[in-house]
Parts: sequence; structure tokens; C-alpha cells
Amino acid sequence: MFYREAGQYKTNYAADMAVFPLRQDRIGLAVILGIALVGVPLIGNDFFIASVMIPFLVFSLAAIGLNILTGYTGLISLGTAAFMGVGAYSCYKLTTFFPGVNIIVLILVSGLFSAAIGVLFGLPSLRIKGFYLAVATLAAQFFLQWAFVRVPWLFNYNASGAIEVPQRTLFGLPITGASATPETRYFVCLGLVVVLTWFASNLVHGKLGRSWMAVRDMDIAAELMGIKLLNAKLTAFAVSSYFAGVAGAMMIFLWYGGGEANDVFTIRLSFNILFMVIIGGLGSLIGSFFGAAFIASLPTILKFGLPALGVPLTGATAEHVTFMLVGALIIFFLIVEPHGLARLWQIAKQKLRTWPFPY
Amino acid sequence: MKKSSMIKGVALGALLAAGALAVPANAQDSVYFANNAYRTGPFSGSGIPIGDGMRDYISMINERDGGVNGVKVVYEECETGYDTKKSIECYEQAKSKNTIVYSPWSTGATLAAIPRAHIDKIPILSMAYGLSASADGTNFPWVFIPPFTYWDGASLMVKHMAAELGGMDKLKGKKLGLIHLDAPFGKEPIPVLESLAKKYGFELKIFPVAAADMQNQGSLWLSIRRDRPDYLYNQGWGAMNPTAVKEAIKNNFPIGKLVGVWWAGGDDDARAGGPEAKGYKSLNLNAAGQNFPAIQDILKHVVEKGKSTTPKEKVGENLYNRGVYNSMLVVEAIRNAQKLTGKKVITAEDMRRGLESLNITEARLKEIGMEGFATPTSISCTDHSGHSKAYVAEWDGTKWTKPGEWLEPLKDEVRPLIEANAKDYVEKAGNWPKRTESCEKSS
Repeated sequence: MFYREAGQYKTNYAADMAVFPLRQDRIGLAVILGIALVGVPLIGNDFFIASVMIPFLVFSLAAIGLNILTGYTGLISLGTAAFMGVGAYSCYKLTTFFPGVNIIVLILVSGLFSAAIGVLFGLPSLRIKGFYLAVATLAAQFFLQWAFVRVPWLFNYNASGAIEVPQRTLFGLPITGASATPETRYFVCLGLVVVLTWFASNLVHGKLGRSWMAVRDMDIAAELMGIKLLNAKLTAFAVSSYFAGVAGAMMIFLWYGGGEANDVFTIRLSFNILFMVIIGGLGSLIGSFFGAAFIASLPTILKFGLPALGVPLTGATAEHVTFMLVGALIIFFLIVEPHGLARLWQIAKQKLRTWPFPY
Repeated sequence: MKKSSMIKGVALGALLAAGALAVPANAQDSVYFANNAYRTGPFSGSGIPIGDGMRDYISMINERDGGVNGVKVVYEECETGYDTKKSIECYEQAKSKNTIVYSPWSTGATLAAIPRAHIDKIPILSMAYGLSASADGTNFPWVFIPPFTYWDGASLMVKHMAAELGGMDKLKGKKLGLIHLDAPFGKEPIPVLESLAKKYGFELKIFPVAAADMQNQGSLWLSIRRDRPDYLYNQGWGAMNPTAVKEAIKNNFPIGKLVGVWWAGGDDDARAGGPEAKGYKSLNLNAAGQNFPAIQDILKHVVEKGKSTTPKEKVGENLYNRGVYNSMLVVEAIRNAQKLTGKKVITAEDMRRGLESLNITEARLKEIGMEGFATPTSISCTDHSGHSKAYVAEWDGTKWTKPGEWLEPLKDEVRPLIEANAKDYVEKAGNWPKRTESCEKSS
């Protein structure tokens, strides 16, 4: 009824292979982008944009990164936060070395350093998999986190060990540093996330993505079909770490705006991103967004939204309630829909297509 | 499935809208004051007494006097769990509610808030914590760090060590260990200790404790036993402190040589060591105990009326009184700002002026019922810290005592470092807002 593709004919291969074959989907995407580009900055106040939307975008990107590795290639990683850290610290070093280069370029380039480190720590994946690989990536988490604290060169010998984000501008408008408005930072985040999501979408729908999925489903069969495991696994690590690195740089430069960096990229963050991927839906880009909204934004919305709605919740109670609620919802979702929110979304769409006469 | 997902969607949408509309109503005869708190997480052991003290003093002022000169202080806690991400949210929340002053209660949160506050024009009161360099008011007009900085504290530690050894010249060849939380907070004293070590010829050994290992310091104490420092300075917080006290006892480290920064002086921190913790020391900026008229007023007007969550016996503990001291500074600054501007309901800008010309004299302390509670403190345009006095408190097995006198930090050593560091910070930040705020005469 709402959502029927009758009359939409595909007359060429390109249309048949499209990522969004249905007109309604394309309209939906346009509406979402429209809301993100116009609606949110127009309606949301500074608090909403700075504390809900920017973190949501940053975590979405990180979740996409991990989803490429875990959801599409089937390699479990517990080192996402560390790879994010590599992006943040290399972006900081790059801004010190190249103060004239635009910060957006530097954020994108810093992902490359993260990719390189990711490949390095991804090498064991050729021999081990599953649980054992998770433990191996845990080594990356511990080692890199140790390095962020212990190598003073990384934070320019700052007395507090913190990264101080310098002000950088784009077309004369400050986009990092304290004078950058939440709206500006939001637009930069949104731009980066949209472009990189489009990039990821093309990757997973292309040859590389197919080889990743083949490796995920059965690596021996994939090898027999002529897919080089070395290439597939290492590219997955590289691309995944690249996304994580860019997310990390965005996190410090566009969201935190400086300050404490060395205790941000902890194993807790790695786990949180893993939860985002699991809750959102393994092997689904839209699931990464759902997961980020669920794990990262929901607690903030609950904590500040409920008191605003008149539910008297203060301080510690809100925190405890959030813990319990998110924990319970995680369990609920894993039982009711182990394929994550993305699958739920798919089911809802399917139902809408057949409504009101389901078969 | 469709129905339930639709309900979920609607609920989520409603919540999102609520978040977007979280704009507060501003009452006419009150000022809003946002304070970060952590009553959850590994740092709650230190966070709870401080939060209680802060809240109870403000409640007392509201109950007893009907606010500051009749203006109620609307006090709100924002739970951070000592997490920087959440403290940034709390800052945004405080800003959206037009707080007159922001109280971060974590060095990491202070570091994240400093650049924002200079743009948003919200004064930060980081009472004896935060970025030491921010004591330079010329470069940090919006940050206040009374009564002293971590660098003053580190210099006091060296002074205390020298006093026990019998003079600054006796420091040569001695070994000072620094156990610190491996976070910006813990790292703060390192530059001053390094510089003093060079000057006085003592050796500095650094023992960092990662936040994850706060309660698991076994291997660290092995290295302490190996290095045999003569004194240990503990820049710790939360669950790290009781563990350090317990480990010192377990490892036969002379407990009297273990001196905590003022944040390591919680009653529960020392109590954890049992009777053997007797003699544990901590720098202190406020007196402990209930024997002050102000604390008695808190008991009378707030605690006994059931308007507080604090158990009666916890009132007057060291960290509780620290919270009281912080709230006292806020209240006095509001009063000062009201006097300066002639307004009753002040703004953040007025509050900045009030803080900058804050001068708490001995007479004033007596007036507000805090004689002997702390030393006089005055803040000026250039000096946002005051570099006041502290004392070395000692744990007598049941409570904190004040065996010695109030000591002055080595200001001559600390001040040049602060100014150099502030200049460096401002240069690195690039395009740091120049101070345009005019200087307020001390009242």
C-alpha cells in the first residue's frame, strides 16, 4: 500500500543492479538526507547538535568501519578504539607538521596511518580466526593505548598528556577549535560520513565486498574459487581501520575539541562499537547507523530527555537507569532479533509492502 | 512486528524531540549553577562526599538566607561518571541553561571545557584542580583555579620533604616517588617536580597507574620496593587512593612518608588501611570536622530537616568539607558580583567579574562561620589562583588532624613555569581569543 513497487520496470542492467532499486527507497534516502542537512540544523538547538548528532555521526562511521571487518569479512576485532586513536593522534601530528593544509584533508589522510597499523595487526588473521583473532586484536588495543600515554612525542610533550586542538578554518569559517559552532562541525561531520558511507557502499557492493563476504561465509570455498585470502583479509583490515581512524580524528577534532585524549580510546569504547555493530546488524551499513543511534545517542537522550519531559530523574539515578535500560534492551534485541535492528527495519519494510493484505 | 516497531519509532521520535527542546525556563529571582558530579563509576568513592558537600552548602544558603541576598541558587548536578564524553555533554547542557559558572570536577573535563568557555564566555571554577597554567589570568580570563594549583601542591610536597629532612640542602641525593593516575589529572605535577628535582638535586621516580589498574597496583609496588624512594607523593583519585594506602601498608612502606595530594585525603581513603594507616599524610586546603558554625548550620538547616542525602556522621569529613569550600567560593563570588554590578540576578559575565575580584579575608571567613576552615584567598586579574596556603594533614586512625601550620607553596618557582606554560598553550591553540575583559579592582 504505502510501499509498492508495481509499475517500476527495470529496462537495463544498471537499473537492475542499483543499490536502491525502488523509487520509494530513493525518496526515503533523499528525505533522510534532507532532514540531516536542513531539518536538524534548523530545528535542533546547540545542545542537541553538539551532544547527540555529532557523536551519532562519529560513532556511525566507526561502526561502519568495524562492520566491514566483522560483519562483511567475519573477522572479529576488539581493537577498534585503538585504531580510532591512531587516526586522532596522527591527525594531531599532521596538524603540527602541516599547519597550512586544510584540516579536512588531514582528517582523511590520518585514516591512512590507521589503515597501515590496522594491516600490521591484521596479519595474524591469516593464520587464526574467530575468538583467537579477537584476542590478537586485543593486543593492538593494549599496545596502542599504552603508546598513546607513554610516547610523549605523540602529544607534543604536553604537560597533561592532552591533545590541544588548534583552530583551523574552511573558507574563512572556523571548523575546529572552540570558536567553531556546533552547526559547522556538524556539517563537516555529515559531509565526511555521507561521502565515506557512499564509498563503503560501493566497496561492499563491488568485487572487493563480494570477496570479503565469500571469505566470511566459508574461507576455504572462497580460496578454491580463486579469491586470495591474503588480499581479502588485509584489505578488510585496511579499509576498516581507515574508517575507524577517520572516526577517531573526527571524534577529537570535531567533537571533543581538544582535551583529554589518552583515556578516550579504551577497550570500553571498542566494546561499545562492537555492540553497535551487533545490535545494529552485522553486515549492514544502515545497521551501523541504527547501532550508533542505539548505543551512543540513546543514553544521552534518556539522560537529558526524560527530565525535560518532566520525568524527575537526577544525576546518578539517571545513570543507573540508563545502564539497566540499555543492558536490558541489548538482551531483548539479541533474543528477539539476533540479526539486529537492520533486520527489524527490513521486516518492517516488507510488511509495509504487503499491507493491508499480507500473505 | 510492524505495530511494535512503529510504537518504538514514535517513542524514539518523542524522546528525540524532547532532547531538542531541552531549553530551560529561567526564573526571575534565581541564578542557575551547574555542577558535574560522579556518584557512579570507579571515582564515586571520592565523588560522592564532594558532591554532598557542594549541594548541602548551597541548600543551606537557600534555606537559611533564602539564597544569596535573596536570590535563590538553582543548583543542578550533572552525572559524568568521570567520563570526558559525558562531561562534554554536561558542559553543553550547562551552557544551554545559562549557567553562571561551570564546575567541571575533573581535570579532563576542565581541559575540554577551557577552549569552549573562552568562546561561550562561561567562567570555569576549577577549585584546586584542572590546568595549572590556567592560573595565568592574562591568557585565561575565564578560568579560575583558587586556592592553588597542582604545581603549588607539588612544590609543597618538596617543601614538606625538606622540612622533615632538615632543610632544602638536605634534599640532595634523596629519592621522591610520584604515584599518579595516568590521566591529565595525574600528570599535572610532573613538570614542576622535574624542575625542582633538577634544582635541589633529588631524584624523581614516576609510577603511573592506569585507570584500569587503580585497584590492582601490585606490580607497581614491586617497582616501588625495588626503587626504594624516600618519600612518595600520591596524585591519586577515586578507587586508586585506598588501594595505594593498603599497598603501602602491605609492602611495609613507612606510611608517614606517603603523602597524598589533597584529593587523596578522603576519610574513606585512609580508613581503608585500617589502624595501620595511622600517620598517612595528605596535603589539605580545608579543615576537617564539624566544629565550624557554617557546618553546624548545614546540620541544622539541611541535614536534620531531611533535605540532604548525606548521613549525619559523614558531614564534616575531609572531602565533604572540600565540597563545602567549593560552594562557599561560588556563593562568595555571586555576592561579590552582586555588589560590583548592583544587580540581584547576575549573568555569567558578572560572575566572571565577581570571581576575578574575589577576596576572602580572615574577617570574611569569620563572618560566614568558617574561621580556621581555610586561609584567606584573593584572586586578581593576572593571578587566577591566589597560590594560597595548605597544610599537611595527618590521619590519626579515625579522623584527619592538622599537626602543623599552614604552608606557603614555592610561588617563585611555580609562577614562572605557569606563565611560560600558559604562553605555550595559547600559542599552540592558534587564534586564542585575546583578553578584552577589563580588570576588576579587588573589593
